[in-house]
Amino acid sequence: MHRLISCSAAVERLWAYLDQDLDEHDQREVEAHLALCKRCCGELELAKHLRRFLATKHAADLPPGVRDRLDRFIDALAEPAGEGGTQ
Amino acid sequence: MLGLRDPSLLVEVIMDGNDTAVFQQLARDELAGLYALARRLTSRDAAEDLVQETLLRAYRSFASLRDHQAGGGWLRVILTNVWRDRLRKDSRQPSEVPIDDVEHFSLYRTLVEEDPFPYSDRLHLDFLGSFSEHDVHLVLQRLAPLYRAPLVLRYMEGFPTKQIAQVLELPLGTVLSQLHRGRKLFERALWDYATESGLMSGTVAGREDAPCID
Repeated sequence: MHRLISCSAAVERLWAYLDQDLDEHDQREVEAHLALCKRCCGELELAKHLRRFLATKHAADLPPGVRDRLDRFIDALAEPAGEGGTQ
Repeated sequence: MLGLRDPSLLVEVIMDGNDTAVFQQLARDELAGLYALARRLTSRDAAEDLVQETLLRAYRSFASLRDHQAGGGWLRVILTNVWRDRLRKDSRQPSEVPIDDVEHFSLYRTLVEEDPFPYSDRLHLDFLGSFSEHDVHLVLQRLAPLYRAPLVLRYMEGFPTKQIAQVLELPLGTVLSQLHRGRKLFERALWDYATESGLMSGTVAGREDAPCID
């Protein structure tokens, strides 16, 4: 049997639980709590959605002006003076 | 190579033209991802400079990268190192922010209480679906760098927690606690942003066109 933990203690560990950052004992305590608490299962679902949300909401726009300047910077790395500027 | 504490400290090696060309190709391939990470960690003005400094450090230690397939992750680690060093130099940054009022906030319960209809599983999906990528960016920018960085590295870049501790040169327990606080602050900031910008009106009314994030 695992020690009974409160909802707040379970919720506090939910993401670490999903990340598998808990040790086995804490992992089991969270599982035991989830088995008896429907509300915390809802919290778990939301935590899963939020993790996926962060992983997929990527605005990776590289503005053309910035790309041009950084491209020139990369070109300049090869010049004999070495670590050249952006000109 | 991802486990390197700070690749830029390695001995400089003179590269021949071939290595330089390989590095330049790697840098161009990874440029969009590097800039995106820089933009999440810092302001628009500082992001470009952060990428430049990263390229300089990476170029100097490129010979230490044995597995070129790992080049993308290696560049991200270096970028995070540069960012960390700059943050430390910037004494204006507070080391911690008060969080007591956020500690007990639950986005889940807030959404359930806000819902005028019997709670359905779609509610939080609809809520999250109402955020555009730009909205998420703005929400993250509201968080102090101390809490934003571990969230970005863990959940957007996919770094394992242990590696974040290594890269940021912090004890694992500190990173775990920053991740916890960061998530709380992020949930609260999502909610505040949604109410301020009227995203909620579209959610609770049940937007049929909200994209499903599943």
